[in-house]
Amino acid sequence: MSSDMSNSDRVQKLHAGGPTGPIEKRWDQHRFDMKLVNPANKRKFDVIIVGSGLAGASAAATMAELGYNVKVFCYQDSPRRAHSIAAQGGINAAKNYQNDGDSIHRLFYDTVKGGDFRARESNVYRLAQISVNIIDQAVAQGVPFAREYGGLLDNRSFGGAQVSRTFYARGQTGQQLLLGAYQALEKAIHSGKVKMFPRTEMLDLVVVDGVARGIVTRNLVTGKVEAHAGHAVVLATGGYSNVFYLSTNAMGCNATAAWRAYKRGAFFANPCYTQIHPTCIPVKGEYQSKLTLMSESLRNDGRVWVSSKQGDTRKAKDIPDAERDYYLERKYPSFGNLVPRDVASRNAKYVCDEGRGVGGGEAVYLDFRDAIKRDGRDVIAAKYGNLFHMYHKITAEDPYEMPMKIFPAPHYTMGGLWVDYNLMSNLPGLHVIGEANFSDHGSNRLGASALMQGLADGYFVLPYTIGHFLATHKPETMGADHPAFVAAKQEVEGRIDGIVANNGSETVDSFHRKLGRIMWNHCGMSRNAEGLRSAIDEIKDLRGRFWQNVSVTGQKGSLNQVLERAGRVADFLELGELMCKDALTREESCGGHFREEHQTPEGEALRDDEKFCHAAAWGYEGEDAEPTRHVEELDFEYVKLTQRSYK
Amino acid sequence: MNLTLHVWRQAGQDDNGGFQTYEAKDVSPDMSFLEMLDVVNEGLEASGQEPIAFDHDCREGICGMCSLQINGVPHGPDRGTTTCQLHMRSFKDGDTVVIEPWRAGPFPVLRDLVVDRTALDRIIESGGYISVRTGAAQDANATPVNKADADEAFEYAACIGCGACVAACKNASASLFTAAKVSHLARLPQGQVERYERVVSMVAQMDQEGFGSCTNQYECEAACPKEISVRAIAQMNRDFLVASLRGR
Repeated sequence: MSSDMSNSDRVQKLHAGGPTGPIEKRWDQHRFDMKLVNPANKRKFDVIIVGSGLAGASAAATMAELGYNVKVFCYQDSPRRAHSIAAQGGINAAKNYQNDGDSIHRLFYDTVKGGDFRARESNVYRLAQISVNIIDQAVAQGVPFAREYGGLLDNRSFGGAQVSRTFYARGQTGQQLLLGAYQALEKAIHSGKVKMFPRTEMLDLVVVDGVARGIVTRNLVTGKVEAHAGHAVVLATGGYSNVFYLSTNAMGCNATAAWRAYKRGAFFANPCYTQIHPTCIPVKGEYQSKLTLMSESLRNDGRVWVSSKQGDTRKAKDIPDAERDYYLERKYPSFGNLVPRDVASRNAKYVCDEGRGVGGGEAVYLDFRDAIKRDGRDVIAAKYGNLFHMYHKITAEDPYEMPMKIFPAPHYTMGGLWVDYNLMSNLPGLHVIGEANFSDHGSNRLGASALMQGLADGYFVLPYTIGHFLATHKPETMGADHPAFVAAKQEVEGRIDGIVANNGSETVDSFHRKLGRIMWNHCGMSRNAEGLRSAIDEIKDLRGRFWQNVSVTGQKGSLNQVLERAGRVADFLELGELMCKDALTREESCGGHFREEHQTPEGEALRDDEKFCHAAAWGYEGEDAEPTRHVEELDFEYVKLTQRSYK
Repeated sequence: MNLTLHVWRQAGQDDNGGFQTYEAKDVSPDMSFLEMLDVVNEGLEASGQEPIAFDHDCREGICGMCSLQINGVPHGPDRGTTTCQLHMRSFKDGDTVVIEPWRAGPFPVLRDLVVDRTALDRIIESGGYISVRTGAAQDANATPVNKADADEAFEYAACIGCGACVAACKNASASLFTAAKVSHLARLPQGQVERYERVVSMVAQMDQEGFGSCTNQYECEAACPKEISVRAIAQMNRDFLVASLRGR
């Protein structure tokens, strides 16, 4: 272990730099304290935004509206396709429209507790405050949320909460919210304040005198490598679940932008905090390319169970009620099927490890029989129709007739680039928003909170805080012909040449699959020191082989999907190792990070608040050097540190 | 099962392109259509040949990126299904499958099966939004919306922007795509202020991009993976007429 923490002379104590005082006044006070950029000066500033999902699109639209010149980059053919589009269940907001006891403080409390006390209180409180504005904004944009017959907005419940605070648009909430942000972005493009670069991938960050000043990109159609300079850079590039190869993320989701920023000096915080989502369609075969999520909202009406016998090969309908174990309802009577995701996933693993999974294999039932009996098929179809349809399409089984089979799968990453209260990384000028940063979800994100965070960052936080950076730092205008840009561009071109020159015999995907298996086995739902150490060695070997024997067909100067994937997999092969190092160093269990050595007698995550009540932010030290583990201490003034209980 | 694929290959925008034949062997019925292509591609890559380029991303039927014309039908034989959600159980052993890119003037082929659909973004850009400054919104429940209207708005808003409607239309009309956005926003009280300017701008942009006119063949509705109704087009035409009468 000591070798992982040996750079002691370089270790920094990180500070979020947020305001102090009563928590409910902090964001207000901070907004007043921050410096402003006057309207005439805003048009002198160019902001680069990478990624066009909820966070990137909402930030771009809002900053363009304020008067900044914005450039937006995405790898897809249109900004509307960012993977936020696939979020199904909903978005949380402390509106208390249901009059069921919700409040900003309760959403704050649930999020800190749900994150197993590893998030920053000030950030989470701000998020809860802003949540209500997001719903107002989205409705005004024409987002067609579900409504009751009286015409008012409807809500449902999500895991880790005992109130109904989730707003939804059938099972397509992410799609509708993203289209709202996308339409606002398109309006800004029309006004000329945003220049859009679709099918363009960021391949490097340009840092000049310690300040982030631009990026290097590759046009995915022509292969042209270009440098773009600006006064500030924003990464809204999502998470890194695809390090597992099989995940619920889109095929193109990747960590390259964040990883390139890390290698230019930005700290990567808590990389081991990954969310394994409990309700996904199980893996079918070796050819499988991705996993499909079945929304957590299904746990409002679906009941999770397995047979009480091992290796039970009877069909679900032939297993009588007395022989069914509704294990979540049994173990957690007050939250039942709506326990947080980490708890639900871990328990699915336990019952499958006991041999009680469906047919003795790796799946549990999610059953709507009782809900259909209670409410009727039409009511269930109105709530979940598109999800049932999707399940039926993929599995050829009708969930109205037989229970769904589900199993946990990688879904979201709470870790990400370290940011302060202003959402700026340790590199001045580099801001990180949405899933790409680490700040709000601790070690486990609650359902329906990702959409909330992405839009809070993009619509309501960054547009203020970036102004403060520009007003105080006053970055001078710099062209992309500056030597630092020329050098970065050359490095990127050299790296592309290096990848294209590989004429080995193993495909890019075969490396990605192997990496995924290592990560899933050793750094997945449960981890131990021995497994993590062996994973680190296996990843190093695999990386060595990648650079010797990967096959990259085609040319660099044209649309080349193999080249694109090769670059991303090369970065995952480095990130995976850092995730294992972080998991190995964090000698405790918390949320989604479950170390087998640290558990309560009942198999729940056992934190060590003495030693690990902090965020770990890793700093890159060079190709062959160990990274440095910096630390941000977490203070809990408003939520008392306790052993989480959902019983 | 084993299949014979005739796949459109085209090196770039300026290349003429043509069909090439591939064998897909040991295909499992549980594979998705794109996973079947992945396996073919991995075989090509392993032997040093360039794989077939095709667009895809979420593989959950929601991002709208996948876009294949399969045996002449956008997104293949299953109704209400994107290519990524089409499974090989819809095919039989020994089948011959013809795979082409979307065919429409405003969608130039970039490579193989990949086309440029940015014309659709420009239609949205021309007016497919409600103008509201961030932070300027009133409380979300201040304006109740009739549930039937909200539900209908949702049906139109479900468009994924894949372009299958254009590919299915003999005139390469983007009427269903444009009308879905027009009708989504026209159904909601928030969309009323810009309603008539919106329809005029969006229709003008659609024409400018080179999409054809609608001649009521309803091929678009049949091909739409989200089964959006052609009633949207009737709504768009009505709004366009009203806008013209109002001199917008």
